[in-house]
Amino acid sequence: MEQQTGTFAVKKGLAQMLKGGVIMDVVTPEHAKIAEDAGACAVMALERVPADIRAQGGVARMSDPDLILKIMDAVSIPVMAKCRIGHFVEAQILEAIGVDYIDESEVLTPADEEHHINKHLFKVPFVCGCRNLGEALRRIGEGAAMIRTKGEAGTGDVVEAVRHARAVLGEIRRLTTMAEEELMHYAKEIGAPYELVKETKELGRLPVVNFAAGGVATPADAAMMMQLGMDGVFVGSGIFKSGDPAKRAAAIVKAVTHYNEPAILAEVSKNLGEPMVGRNVSTMPEIEKIAGRGW
Amino acid sequence: MRIGVLAIQGDFAEHIAMLERLGAETTEVRLPRHLDGLDGLIIPGGESTTIGKLAVDFGLLDPLREFGKTHAIWGTCAGAIFLSKDARRSQPLIGIMDITVERNAFGRQVDSFEADLEIAALNPATQPSAPYHAIFIRAPIIESVFGAASVLSTLPDGRIVAAQQGKLLATSFHPELTQDTRFHQYFLSLAR
Repeated sequence: MEQQTGTFAVKKGLAQMLKGGVIMDVVTPEHAKIAEDAGACAVMALERVPADIRAQGGVARMSDPDLILKIMDAVSIPVMAKCRIGHFVEAQILEAIGVDYIDESEVLTPADEEHHINKHLFKVPFVCGCRNLGEALRRIGEGAAMIRTKGEAGTGDVVEAVRHARAVLGEIRRLTTMAEEELMHYAKEIGAPYELVKETKELGRLPVVNFAAGGVATPADAAMMMQLGMDGVFVGSGIFKSGDPAKRAAAIVKAVTHYNEPAILAEVSKNLGEPMVGRNVSTMPEIEKIAGRGW
Repeated sequence: MRIGVLAIQGDFAEHIAMLERLGAETTEVRLPRHLDGLDGLIIPGGESTTIGKLAVDFGLLDPLREFGKTHAIWGTCAGAIFLSKDARRSQPLIGIMDITVERNAFGRQVDSFEADLEIAALNPATQPSAPYHAIFIRAPIIESVFGAASVLSTLPDGRIVAAQQGKLLATSFHPELTQDTRFHQYFLSLAR
């Protein structure tokens, strides 16, 4: 038999290899090296971390391919990059330069307010954000091979990451107790493909890997997301907007592996320097929140 | 029989599910003390740099080397790199298998692939051979085997993707991502 590339098994499979790991936002090749040396299982290459996108405003787009390529050259671990929601040409460009994963991300300014990218058409796998089970299964229906809960990126406030993780995991727990005949109504109610609702009930989990994201800033935040039942953690602004990125990065990696060992968590949480300056989500005007982007 | 799965990072849960399907008891190994009482160990797929760094930080390298002297260990993908004596770059390795590996040898993720392999060791002599459907993800190749290691399987072009050295196994691909239990059964027969 010929070798087959771009199958759903290999797309989903790379996310399975990232489990129990930390994916870090980096804006330079030097950051990428720091992340790799700290034990990151992958990096997200971008021009501005979410905290800066928030601060500077304007339209946030895909990063310069030259910057992404330089980051790909700097490290041996997988490199992800973001495109705008619905911007399938940015995705084609990212696939052409050979990134390992595309994040169709609400952190960038959406290019389409109704449709996400048809991700089945690509050989490169996609990760997408969600706030609840329906949104997760719609993205998987469109071809996403990995899911991350959205949280509220660039805030350093973990409250939304917790809200979205609890929503997805809680809805799955309720789904597992439903009778077969209730599934169609439930699929309609949450706006999710029936077959994926059924598969999720059978598996007792999402059919693809599910990471936490959006507001994780400390080893304790990361370990809490793991104890809640997430498969791994994205850390965006939390590392390179902190006082000692190398030390904080290494500590968060250790916290994700040893998420159930409070004594180790205490040890790695010591003397990390200043965390990123947070933005309290509960006092943030609705217009500034980005988790609502995505349909 | 109790099999440990190194649970520092990677797809350890998939290996555990496969082992439990085959009736083995399992333990997640994150610290040296978790190796106590195990009959064998699987090192899963993941990022070999992450696994290596944390193995150093939590004092696992020497205990793993000791464990491998008397017990079965199987490394899949990142695990195979971690077992090798030479990965062609500077990164922490257990270094107990006489193999040289090259990381990401097939390219980036868009080059990840599925293919059928002939693996004679998995087929009982009395039955016709059935191909083994293998999943390769940013996979390494085993550039060469030397010393006590021998080749278990190659791609049609001759590149080595599985090797064995006594009770030690290394595969470039991921049996834990399939429904085919033959490779895990083979490993359990070595651990017994």
